[in-house]
Order: sequence, then C-alpha cells, then structure tokens
Amino acid sequence: MNIALFLEMAAQAAPERTALVCDGARFTYAELFAAAQGAASTIRQSGAEYVALLDESSEAAVLALFGAALAGVPYVPLNYRLADPDLAALLTRITPCLLVGDAARAGTLCEDAANTLLERGDFVTEARAAAPLEEADPGLGVAVQLFTSGTTGAPKAAILRHTNLSSYVIGTVEFGSAEEDMARLVTVPPYHIAGIAALLTSIYAQCRIVLLPAFTPEGWLKLVAREKVTHAFVVPTMLARVVETIRAGTPGDVSSLRALSYGGGKMPRELIEDALDLFPETAFTNAYGLTETSSTVALLGPEDHRAAKASEDPRVRARLASVGRPLPTLELEIRDEDGTVLGPNQAGEIFVRGEQVSGEYKERSALTADGWFPTRDAGYLDEDGYLFLSGRADDVIVRGGENISPGEIEDVLLTHPAIADACATGVPSLEWGEAVGIAIVTAPDCDCPPHDELCQLVRARLRSSRVPERTLVVDALPYNEMGKLLRREVKGWFGA
Amino acid sequence: MKPGTRLKSATCDTEVMVIRAGQGTIECGGAPMTEDKQSTSEPATDHANGTLIGKRYVDAEATFELLCVKPGKGSLAVDGTPLVTKDAKPLPASD
Repeated sequence: MNIALFLEMAAQAAPERTALVCDGARFTYAELFAAAQGAASTIRQSGAEYVALLDESSEAAVLALFGAALAGVPYVPLNYRLADPDLAALLTRITPCLLVGDAARAGTLCEDAANTLLERGDFVTEARAAAPLEEADPGLGVAVQLFTSGTTGAPKAAILRHTNLSSYVIGTVEFGSAEEDMARLVTVPPYHIAGIAALLTSIYAQCRIVLLPAFTPEGWLKLVAREKVTHAFVVPTMLARVVETIRAGTPGDVSSLRALSYGGGKMPRELIEDALDLFPETAFTNAYGLTETSSTVALLGPEDHRAAKASEDPRVRARLASVGRPLPTLELEIRDEDGTVLGPNQAGEIFVRGEQVSGEYKERSALTADGWFPTRDAGYLDEDGYLFLSGRADDVIVRGGENISPGEIEDVLLTHPAIADACATGVPSLEWGEAVGIAIVTAPDCDCPPHDELCQLVRARLRSSRVPERTLVVDALPYNEMGKLLRREVKGWFGA
Repeated sequence: MKPGTRLKSATCDTEVMVIRAGQGTIECGGAPMTEDKQSTSEPATDHANGTLIGKRYVDAEATFELLCVKPGKGSLAVDGTPLVTKDAKPLPASD
C-alpha cells in the first residue's frame, strides 16, 4: 500500500495528537496530513518527476516524503555533505525535480530550467496554503530513491517501493500502539534509511516525533529532557559522544528515556557495556539493516542485552556483540561463495528474502531468480540463531585462498591497551596474492607496540595466517558521518 | 484481487487495503466490497460486529489479509465466512 495512507490513517484515528516537533514548529496529525496533501499539489503543479531534499531534517523533509507519496513520484533525500562535483552528478540523474532546501547551491550545481528549487520555509508555507491534490490513486511505484553512500564505489540509486516500505511497517508495528506520552527523537540525517523508517513507524504507531536537525551530544541531551523523549535511535558514534558528555559532567535528565536503539555501524563492546551501566532503566535494542531492505532485518532486543551482560556463559555474553535474531517476517541465510547454505557458526555472505526487501537499483535488480538479496555483508549465525556480522564481503582478505575477516583481527588488536582503533585490510603480496595489513591508532600518551609484539598477539589468539605483514601507525582512521569505516581509503594507504 | 487494492463497504464506512488475497469474494456487512462506493445500505444484522482501524483481518488459512484503513459498523468476511483479527507480534522499536 502507499505509505501516505499511514499518515491518512493516523490523522483519522488521532487528529489532535501531536505528530511532529521541530525547533519552534509543532504539527498535530490532522495538520501534518493536511500539509502533506498541500505539498502533493505543489509537487504535481511543478511537473517534477522526483522530489529531492537537500537539507537537514525538519518538517519540510516529512512533508516532502509524504507529499511525494501522495503525488506518486519518488522522494530522493540527498547527502548535503557531498562535495560539489559529486552532488552535481547526482542532480543530473534526477531532473526534472522539485528540490527542497539549499536552493542556491542546487541552482549553481545544476542549471536545468526544468527543476523547481524551493527553500525550506517557502516549501512549507506553500504546502500549508495549497488545496489538497484532487486525485484518487497515486499508485504503488517508487516511494523513495536513496543514493548509497558509495563506500565501495560510485553511488547506486537504491529503490524502495511503497510495497517494500509498507510491508516493513505493517509487519513490525501495531497501528496506534504508542502510549499517550511516547516521543521518538530522530536525529539521523534524512538521507539515511533509518531516518525514513523512523518517520514511517512512528506515524503508524502515532507517537510524537521530535526532530533534532543537527546532532550534538549537548543538544540531544537537552531535547531528551525538554520534550521528555521516551525513545531514540543513535549510531554508535552518537552514543559514544553522549556517553562521553555525560561522563564529563554535563547535567542531563534522561529519566524519560525508556528505549534506546542503535545501528548503522559496529558498536564497540566496551561502549555498549558503559551505556548499559549509565542507563540502567533503559531498554536497548540493536538493529541491523540495509537501505536495500527497508531498514531493520535483525534485532537484539532489551532482554537479550541484559541477559548477555549478566551472564557467566561466554556464549551468551558474546551475544552483546551480535545483531540479534532475524525478524519473524523474513528469511535469512548464510551462504558460501558457491551458494551453498551454511550451518551454525560457519561464516559466509548474508542473504535475505521477504516483502520488505527491495534489492533493486535504478539500473538493475540485485535479487537472485528466487528473490534472495545478497547483502554483501559477511557474518554467521550461532546455534540459537543470533547473527554476528564480520564486515563487508568485499572487505574479506583472501590470503592464499583462505578467507580472512578483518573484524576478527581488529577485535584482537583492540584488546591491547595501547591501541585505540585498528583497521585490517588486504595488502598486495607476491607470495600470497593478498596478505594482512593493519592501520593502528594508538591510545593517548601511548607508543605503538612493536610490530613483533602485535604479530605475537594475533598469533596467540588466531591462526598464523592472520598475522599482519605490514603495520601502519596513523593519527586517525577515516569514517563517514554515519560512523562507517571507509576501508577502501585505508587499503589505498598500503598502495592497494 | 490485487494486493494494494483499496476496497469500500457497500453497507457502512469501512474501507480496507488488500494485503493478500486468494479466490473468493470479500464482503463487509454481508455485501461484496468494491473499489467504488456503491449505494449505501445497512449491514445485515449478523454481519454487524464492526471493524477497527489499523487492525489486520485474516481467514483461517491466511490466504486473505486485509488492513482496515477506515472503520465502520459492518464485519468482514470472505464468501460468508467471517474474518478474524490477526494478532501482531510486538517488536521493540528499532529505528
């Protein structure tokens, strides 16, 4: 079904409830739906075939998402942090568009006269004033087009259809299930799938959405206290900064925070243990998902977190580093390179199948003939079905025919007190084709341990094939703004 | 009946989205549901238990699944057999 129907239903069932709070703006569900209908008129009148957003999160992003859905055109939130040439290349792929946000920058980068460029405030004012679009059925085409972050190549245009997103929402959320006081703080950028999924699921549950356009730990803590936020999603980097800020003594009342979910990158074990101590009453959920799967496909729930933290059993304790179990509404398998389905504790590539899984790009579909999506993420399931990630399949180091996951080496290196951060990658080797190279960031006031000591550490814990051949000491590792390690760059440092 | 089709009741305000459907006639209040609003009568007395917005209705074999997007006084059925609400498996919020 069309995702705009979620907003229509919420407006019907709870018209007076507060739907959205952003800076000074407040919308009830009835007001938000009316404005989305107006936005649809504005979009239709412009003749646009795409609705682009070049802006931080605000009510304009929500109106663009649902206005586009009602007008039957794809919503394309763009990464405003991209460099000009990269952004210009994306803009040429989505003309004619109605672009909301940084109209001046978009106009300079793409001079196509067919585009309509509107500043945030103008778009919202027009949407609130416009009459609803007189049209029965906007159809079930593409709801959202997201350009992938391109950590492994040029951005691909991932496509999410209304049917994908609505299956995810209906399958994971009960309509109207939010308690009266439930408030969700959304602070991931609008061009991230978690940000879009959060809007859809919040609206379907009818909770109050609190937007924080630009994340700072102080701003986040202040908003949690002021709006009595009950639920929030963070990427590990954000959680690290919140924990740091609280530890540094910034006062913040987080007593309203009942649930905290996280995802979007690897969560350091130490950080999550710290957070569990700092927020003893908060229910933690770890979510694993991809753009191409309409967000979450596996999750580690609150009971799993507390049970793992309290357990003496190393197998159960280890689950704190897992992403939990697959959603009951989809199928998940681990396969080797030949496509053979692997059993428990055998690492391979993660495949998923289900109605929420799109696996489709503008250029081609990545689905297999029988509908499975190869995620290119590597991982394994333990005997109880908990999923452990071990990095991108493309990042696997192939040394003399043996597959090595960089994550296992990094985990061992990080146990060394003098090492603050580490990245293992494949480096060219005459003898093996590829060998292990490691880039190390030392802890403050520490010297990098000698290469031999690191080799010894790895050899003692893993097989000898994992022992690094080359070590590079660097000031910092490259991450994108979502906290994703840019391994390709590190690989480049070794001349690979 | 294609998934994604929006059906309206001929006997009350009920509207549903078809999530899944097999062979058979989808009814509300004892009369077939259609894509266009027909002349409104009242639900038959034994088909007037009402529908709730946001609830999913399924048959015993789970061949049919309908999401109520507008509530009304009639009750949903396929070929005369009443549909029942589907219990959701609650999941913690993850995004």
